[in-house]
Amino acid sequence: MPLKGRIVVTEKYCKGCELCISSCPQEVLALANDRITAKGYHPATMVADGCTGCGICSVICPEAAITVYREKTGVNRIPA
Amino acid sequence: MVLENCEIETTVFERPDSLTGTTSHYCPGCTHGIANRLIAEVIDEMGMREKTIGVASVGCSVFIYNYLNMDFVQAPHGRAPAMATGIKRVLPDRMVFTYQGDGDLASIGMAEIVHAAARGENISVFFLNNTNYGMTGGQMAPTSMPGQKTTSSQTGRDVETQGFPIRVSEMFSKLDGASYIVRRSLHDPKHIRMAKKAIRMAFETQVRGLGFSMVELLSICPTNWGISPLNSIKWLEEKMIPYYPLGDYKIHPALAEIKL
Repeated sequence: MPLKGRIVVTEKYCKGCELCISSCPQEVLALANDRITAKGYHPATMVADGCTGCGICSVICPEAAITVYREKTGVNRIPA
Repeated sequence: MVLENCEIETTVFERPDSLTGTTSHYCPGCTHGIANRLIAEVIDEMGMREKTIGVASVGCSVFIYNYLNMDFVQAPHGRAPAMATGIKRVLPDRMVFTYQGDGDLASIGMAEIVHAAARGENISVFFLNNTNYGMTGGQMAPTSMPGQKTTSSQTGRDVETQGFPIRVSEMFSKLDGASYIVRRSLHDPKHIRMAKKAIRMAFETQVRGLGFSMVELLSICPTNWGISPLNSIKWLEEKMIPYYPLGDYKIHPALAEIKL
């Protein structure tokens, strides 16, 4: 099973430059066209499942706006 | 599904502690932000935040003093290496670095930087090369490419009248005082990671007292180039890198043993 991850974009910093969108290997990022930030940009957001938590978007983000989390492997799960 | 352990996630990346919470003044896509972040990450990894003094130059690069949460002074245009020299000589146990753009370092500050390198001053210099004067509106810089259109070379840089661009790293690699001279680029994640290692090596050079270290970082300037951030990245890759080849220009033999 592929690793699962998620990102949190701090919209205060995001300027909608699209560098994260073009470099995402899973192509799960896009600009949120339904809202704008305080500076007046459409922020980047995760639009689909499939994030692996690789962190490439955070490496290229010029504003350090992206926090990346990855699910730990080997966490014990009890079926409900 | 019930999770037994609350700690189910690891944080792969978060904003480094050395960056302040200020929103930056940089244009969307500007790789200055990446360079600031890399310096913050390296200083955090080395645990040297309380012992670091930065010298900000003039240009877009100056506002680094608002973004890095550490001691900073601002130097007059081009004089950052002179100020860093003074600070380092008075406080030799501190890590002193300058952060300069190409208009500052390669034009008005050329005398200061060349002599700081020739003297082998024990400072680190981070040199952002985006082939124009960013803050003042995209005028031609000493690093502008032949034929490049800027606001002060509107038909393209004519090498007959305006001369050839200066390749700073190649020039400094011939100076005996310089210990670590490399050129890196900030256009994709792979090269950004390489740039981070180079920044670390520059600081390690200084901590070991080996002399002058400089990392030249090729950068984009979408607003003044008049193209989108994504096209700027493409332009950097296709036009700038062939003219300013990436690589290690001078490495002190004592640095070979450092493994990062």
